[in-house]
Amino acid sequence: MAVALVLVLVVVGSILFHILSPWWWSPIASNWGYIDQTLIITFWITGAVFSAVVLFMAYCVFRFRHREGVKADYNPENKKLEWWLTAVTAVGVAAMLAPGLYVWSQFITVPDDATEVEVVGQQWQWSYRLPGQDGRLGKSDNRLVTYENPLGIDPDDPYGQDDVVIEAADLHLPIDKPVKMLLRSIDVLHDFYVPEFRAKMDMVPGTVTYFWFTPTRTGTFEVLCAELCGTGHGYMRGIVMVDTEEDYQAWLDGQTTFAQLSAPTTVGVMDADEP
Amino acid sequence: MVDATPHAEQGVPPAETPELELYHPKGWWTTYVFSQDAKVIAIQYSGTALAIGLVALVLSWLMRLQLGFPGTFDFITPEAYYQFMTMHGMIMVIYLLTALFLGGFGNYLIPLMVGARDMVFPYVNMLSYWIYLLAVLVLVASFFAPGGPTGAGWTLYPPQAILSGTPGGQGAGIILMLVSLILFIIGFTMGGLNYVVTVVQGRTRGMTLMRMPLTVWGIFTATVMALLAFPALFVACVMMLFDRLLGTSFFMPALVEMGQLMSYGGGSPILFQHLFWFFGHPEVYIVALPAFGIVSDLISTHARKNIFGYRMMVWAIIIIGALSFVVWAHHMYVSGMHPWFGFFFATTTLIIAIPTAIKVYNWVLTLWRGDIHLTLPMLFSLAFIVTFVNGGLTGLFLGNVVVDVPLSDTMFVVAHFHMVMGVAPVLVVFGAIYHWYPKITGRMLNEAMGQFHFWVTFVGAYAIFFPMHYVGLVGVPRRYPELGDVAFVADSVHSLNAFITIAALIVGFAQMVFLFNLVWSLRYGREAGGNPWRATSLEWQTPTTPPPHGNWGAARPIVYRWAYDYSVPGAPEDFIAQNDPGPQHRGAV
Ligand code: HEM
Ligand SMILES: [Cu+2]
Ligand SMILES: [Cu+2]
Repeated sequence: MAVALVLVLVVVGSILFHILSPWWWSPIASNWGYIDQTLIITFWITGAVFSAVVLFMAYCVFRFRHREGVKADYNPENKKLEWWLTAVTAVGVAAMLAPGLYVWSQFITVPDDATEVEVVGQQWQWSYRLPGQDGRLGKSDNRLVTYENPLGIDPDDPYGQDDVVIEAADLHLPIDKPVKMLLRSIDVLHDFYVPEFRAKMDMVPGTVTYFWFTPTRTGTFEVLCAELCGTGHGYMRGIVMVDTEEDYQAWLDGQTTFAQLSAPTTVGVMDADEP
Repeated sequence: MVDATPHAEQGVPPAETPELELYHPKGWWTTYVFSQDAKVIAIQYSGTALAIGLVALVLSWLMRLQLGFPGTFDFITPEAYYQFMTMHGMIMVIYLLTALFLGGFGNYLIPLMVGARDMVFPYVNMLSYWIYLLAVLVLVASFFAPGGPTGAGWTLYPPQAILSGTPGGQGAGIILMLVSLILFIIGFTMGGLNYVVTVVQGRTRGMTLMRMPLTVWGIFTATVMALLAFPALFVACVMMLFDRLLGTSFFMPALVEMGQLMSYGGGSPILFQHLFWFFGHPEVYIVALPAFGIVSDLISTHARKNIFGYRMMVWAIIIIGALSFVVWAHHMYVSGMHPWFGFFFATTTLIIAIPTAIKVYNWVLTLWRGDIHLTLPMLFSLAFIVTFVNGGLTGLFLGNVVVDVPLSDTMFVVAHFHMVMGVAPVLVVFGAIYHWYPKITGRMLNEAMGQFHFWVTFVGAYAIFFPMHYVGLVGVPRRYPELGDVAFVADSVHSLNAFITIAALIVGFAQMVFLFNLVWSLRYGREAGGNPWRATSLEWQTPTTPPPHGNWGAARPIVYRWAYDYSVPGAPEDFIAQNDPGPQHRGAV
């Protein structure tokens, strides 16, 4: 009896916890609402299966617990029932997989009008690079990293000269413009993770990885590192601000390009010119 | 030739292998220490595994104290947290669960359950244990090495694992870890070959494959998988040792560490991940399949009913074993591998849910119209089903590639794998110990302590890991010694973390009661007799309890039926032992 009751309580408790708990994901700030929806579908299906299995068990424990003189049934198998259960399970699995794969194909198809933004991870800080006027990022290589050139941008590549370099500072993004985040690492694995954007991806030294999304809400969002990268992993934080178009332009105008960075005298002149 | 029909009594083929000439120990040392008897080796394996497992348990308390009450414990620096975490994870998965299920239960149960006198290669079997012990000692040594043990996470991902930003990366920590793993794999291979050959060659007359208890099927399949999966980890460890010690670049691209350009170049960190998970995913099932097998037998015995759909159960074990070799990259959806892999691995991963679900259905259908005795092994089996179903279902979130994207590397993952491969198999370990302890020692474990242990462990573990999913859903990443103030995390999450920590400490305490029970009952437990559960399988039919060296006395048993003849209509008792020739032949053989 007590056992059956506890099993029922596990189900009821889990459902109540799910409904009543204040702990749920943060409001979304990107176009990936589909991911949330697939997750909700999965919650429904798995929740139903969990409840059904555990309640069935509770019933069995209650109904068929040992009583003097009562013998168990003897039925080794039941082909029909087993095939039915297999088929129903397969349908349930397909109902989760199909939307999942559909959304995945969107997730990996970057729209043509997405602007590129490079994120560079390094123990234990975030830096960024924007393509500049020409809309193209210059080549880069970890072997070129120096104190003056922290992102390892190739000085011989003309496309790199106008790249905007944001070293260990906040990133700003314009709202409602799709962005392709190009992810690069100077040292070890990191993972660019903003919970409100839903998307994340590892950054791997030696290759460039990516994901894309469209910011849909202005505000300040925290960046966390989601791939163990050494002692400072838990403290590798950053800020992404999603701005209106005007705010974004204002911010962008205040940034420095690679050319300015690598020619210290010019930077000095620039600084003097600024209000 | 499938022979799962309950009344196939006629078929008793002649013995396939001649009787083995056993090594007979001459003194105390060769009987109890350098023993070649699988039963003694089993106890050595189990004792060592539980001892090192206790270390992992204590480490989990330290981590939980830090997570529940960040900033309170000065000695838990981020370095220390990562070291605790790495050692906890590695010990739990490899040195506790793998060693206990295969080296412990495998050694004890395989020969007895298939009617063999011992493992086929007893000497190699003995070596297997001593190399395992050496692996454990090397692991323990790393706690005392300069710089301490490695803090690279149990996944040991390079490049960080061998760099100075990670605890133990430039010290001896990572080297000792890799050496220990290499030793473990060597030792395991020696034992594993034994388990496989004993099942294939060492069965007694009449013990066809389709009459074997599911425990043997589970351990057998898991061992075959381990023999195929561990080599991937082995080469990964050797290659990483070379990268660390000889300056090769298998896994190391050109990189700048702390402003310093390293001499590495051209290697692939993702290659390591593929090798690791080619081992790592099957590893989940290496732990799960023995648990599946054992729990099937516990349910059947204590519900006094044949396992439902035996043949389907065997096939499900084999299919799960095979499929689990083509799902490994579901751990790498956000690793930066080619995104098209996502389609393939999500599909295979969700397909594996089908045979797994069949197993769950068959367990609960075994309860249907059973005669359920709520003994401790049965209670632990029921708890296993609850936690396994729960953890298995959250696997459908993480396996479904795009749903994994927001959840991967959060506490949701930690909650998921603890439920499915931490709590669930450990509950089976407990159930199995309550079930077989009487055979091993001749005495029953104390019931009152057992009840206390069960309720606290089951309810407590659920209270630890169920809410933890929601911490992950909020977005809290895993492997964070503290979160600090983050806007998207409400303060109440910190209270929830404190609650989880308290539950973890209580559950931990209950394990001390269990360990005490193990020792106490050795002396004061109730006398068990040879077959206290009135079970059918061969290990309960030994001439003496505990079983003697050579297991069977003068003649090995002959098997006439499967292991599930419970409550057979018309039979005088509610079970018929596998070596019972049946009413018409009784007394004839
Ligand atoms: C009551 C028992 C247990 C508690 C309280 C516990 C607690 C924890 C905690 C707090 C972490 C670190 C989470 C993080 O910061 O990412 C962790 C990690 C882990 N645990 Fe457990 N654990 C328990 C039992 C187990 C068992 C039985 C297993 C066996 C499979 C296990 C396997 C792991 C693994 C593989 C990791 C990952 C380590 C890593 O991230 O590198 N744990 N556990
Ligand atoms: Cu990190
Ligand atoms: Cu896996």
